[in-house]
This record gives sequence, structure tokens and C-alpha cells, in this order.
Amino acid sequence: MAAAGCPDRIAVETIEQIKSRIEAAVAGARVDIVPNDSPSAQRSLLLDNAHAVAVATFLRDEPGLQFDYASNMTAVDWLDAVLKEKVKVKKLVEGVEKEVEETVEKQRPGYLEAVYHLYSMALKHGPLIIRMRTENRADKNHLPSLTRVWRGCEFQEREGFDLYGIIFDRHPDLRRILMWDGFKDFPMRKDYVEPDDYEYEPTAHYEVLQKAEKHASEKVAT
Amino acid sequence: MGTTWKSSLPIRMDQGLKSELSKQGVFTTTVEELYNWGRKNSVWPLQFGLACCAIEMIATTMARYDLARFGAEVFRPSPRQADLMIVAGTVTKKMAPQVVRLYNQMPEPKYVIAMGACAISGGPFKQGYNVLKGIDRYIPVDVHIPGCPPRPEALIHAFMTLQKKIEQQTLSSEDRPRHLDPDAPSEFPIPRFGEHDLEPPSNPDVWQPPVARTA
Repeated sequence: MAAAGCPDRIAVETIEQIKSRIEAAVAGARVDIVPNDSPSAQRSLLLDNAHAVAVATFLRDEPGLQFDYASNMTAVDWLDAVLKEKVKVKKLVEGVEKEVEETVEKQRPGYLEAVYHLYSMALKHGPLIIRMRTENRADKNHLPSLTRVWRGCEFQEREGFDLYGIIFDRHPDLRRILMWDGFKDFPMRKDYVEPDDYEYEPTAHYEVLQKAEKHASEKVAT
Repeated sequence: MGTTWKSSLPIRMDQGLKSELSKQGVFTTTVEELYNWGRKNSVWPLQFGLACCAIEMIATTMARYDLARFGAEVFRPSPRQADLMIVAGTVTKKMAPQVVRLYNQMPEPKYVIAMGACAISGGPFKQGYNVLKGIDRYIPVDVHIPGCPPRPEALIHAFMTLQKKIEQQTLSSEDRPRHLDPDAPSEFPIPRFGEHDLEPPSNPDVWQPPVARTA
């Protein structure tokens, strides 16, 4: 049971304890804790793709953890971004050493992320959130499928493939699930270009009206 | 009266004479009235629902609202036996070809009620990537019902509106209904799954965007 005010605490173990247990049990596995600045402060574990299946199997089978139920799998599209970080640097200001805040800009290439929410039916604890990231959003968009660890992930990984374009390796049946087979786009990606069917938009919604106006002006031009 | 309904003379009875005769206990009618009276009271809907509006449609047929009072109690599980298609719910782009195909399989005369915000316009999903912005883009719709979902009373109202429409149809004039006009289409093109959208995105013979008013 999660104790109040301490959302990372899962059963008797904190997320740090689970991380060190994984690292002790699965040789070579790299696990990072993804911080969460939101009020929920619900941190998650970032798995490396090479060991993800082994780590997932460990999380499911380890007697003290027994995460036997993947309640939800979803995906996130992260575009290329410039991250601004404030770093405290010691500097000589007018001969005196002072701490000065500096903003450092970092280029972060985009990636696709799969997020799994795990619970334990046996021990009645959770959620534990695990994530996996692809190398980029274009050609290196492969992730290992966790369907063979949690059978219920099958359709949700298909949805992740359908809407985000993540290719789950060794998935038993990776086809589109919501859109039709000949569909080429990935509609939930942030750079998805929707078909221009804004012929008639009787609405007060400003963004939609702008799209309708753009449609009308382009139709006049052609 | 002959069976050639395409005769140029519309057959109309003198309403005064009719009323006078009925006072004498003589009931008179016309083939047109009799034909439409029979049709409007035996509209069999297609048993077919797409989303939550279908739940309201089912409630309309049950004892409390009892659509059977209007002669529409028999929901047919086959389009070949149905007269009315109640498009009850969200028409996704993946479902739209099947809806048009079911409509094409229905025999004439056939009618369509588009029930609820989604079926008439796309509703809350209008700007999404996967929902058709109204089934009237592909098939002719007789009655539109707004609401999310419309209450059973609204469906009954739409049904009565359709009955009035059937009642007023003439059998022989220029504006006779489609099923009496051999040149009018009975089937409508089924959209294909394209790479980015349905192709075509709408049927221009059935639907044209209303002309935008310039302020």
C-alpha cells in the first residue's frame, strides 16, 4: 500500500530499492530513475532496451515484487528540444568568489517513449511505472515487446505502433489496430499533419476557424 | 386508378367532397394516401448501432418509450429487410465504408435518421483524425437529431418527423421520392481507405459545404 505523502513507496520498497534490486539481479542492466517535478512526484524507472525483457521478467517473478499485472501501456512522443537548465557556477565577481546561476542550453534529440504501469495483484501494491525510449523518432524506432512477459500488453503495444509508430520487436502480431492497414501516418505524433477537411466549421473555436479560413483561401487559390 | 404513377396529372381529391362524404358514412381515399399511410406506419429500422446513442435507441424501443406504437417495433438484423437506417453514434472513418455499404444493401424506399452530435457532424470528435464529420457526407440523411446523446423522446420526434415526410410524398409529380424515379440513384459510392484519409473525403452529389457567410 502506498503511504500517504510518499507516492514512490511501493509495498515495503522504495523506487530506489527496486532499482538496486534490479541492478543486483540482472547483470548489465542500466536503470535510471526519471524524476517528476509535478505535484504527484510519481517517479518512474527508465530501462535500457537490451535488458528490458529480463528486467520485466524479474519484476514479475521476484517474490518480493510480483508485478504480475500491466494495467496500462501507453506512449509519448518527444520532439527535438532545447532544454534550458539553470546551473550554479562559482565565479570570481569583482575579486570575490560567488555562486552565480547560469542557464545552459542542451540539445535533446527527439525520441518515442513507451510507458508501462505495473501493479501486483498478489501483493496488492503498485503502481510501478517503467519506461523505454527509442533512439530517435525516424528510423531507430524499435523497442523490445513486453507482450511475452505480460500477455495483456499485446493490443496496447499494437496501439502504440498504430498511433506513434513504435516498432515492438518480437511482438506476436504487430498490425495496425485502430486505423486501417493502408494508413501511412501516425496520428498521435506531434508532427502529424491532419487531412484538410475544414470545409465547414460552424464554431466559435478560434483555432478551428483559422484552419477553416486557411482551407477556404487555399481553395480559392487553386 | 391505373398503376402508372408517373402520369402527369396529380390525383387529388376534393377535400370538401371528402369531408361531406365522411359525414354520410362514406370513407374515401386515394391510392397515394393509402400507400403512404401504410408505409409510414410500418417503417422497419435496421438493427445497428455504433456508439452510446445506440443505447438510447434501444431504450426507445423498450417498454417505457415503446417505438412499437409507431409501427417500428421490428428492428431487422438484415439490411435487405430494413426501411430505415438509424445512424446511432460516432461514425469513425474506419466504419464509414461499412455504413455506406449497409445503406446500399437496403432496398428502396429507404430512409436515414442521423442520431446525435457525432452522426450529424462528428460531434466532440469533429477535429480528430479518425471520425467522419457527419454521415451526410456520403449518404442522404432525412432527419438530423442533435444531442449527445439525444433522449428517446428526441428519437421519437425524429421518427414522427420522418412519418410526416413520408405522408407528404407524392407518387406522381416531379418531386416524387427517389424510389419512384428510375433515374435517381439508389446506391452511393463507397469511400475507399486512402493513405491519409478516406477517398473521396465526401460525396459531392450528396453533400456540399454550405456557402460561408462573409461578415
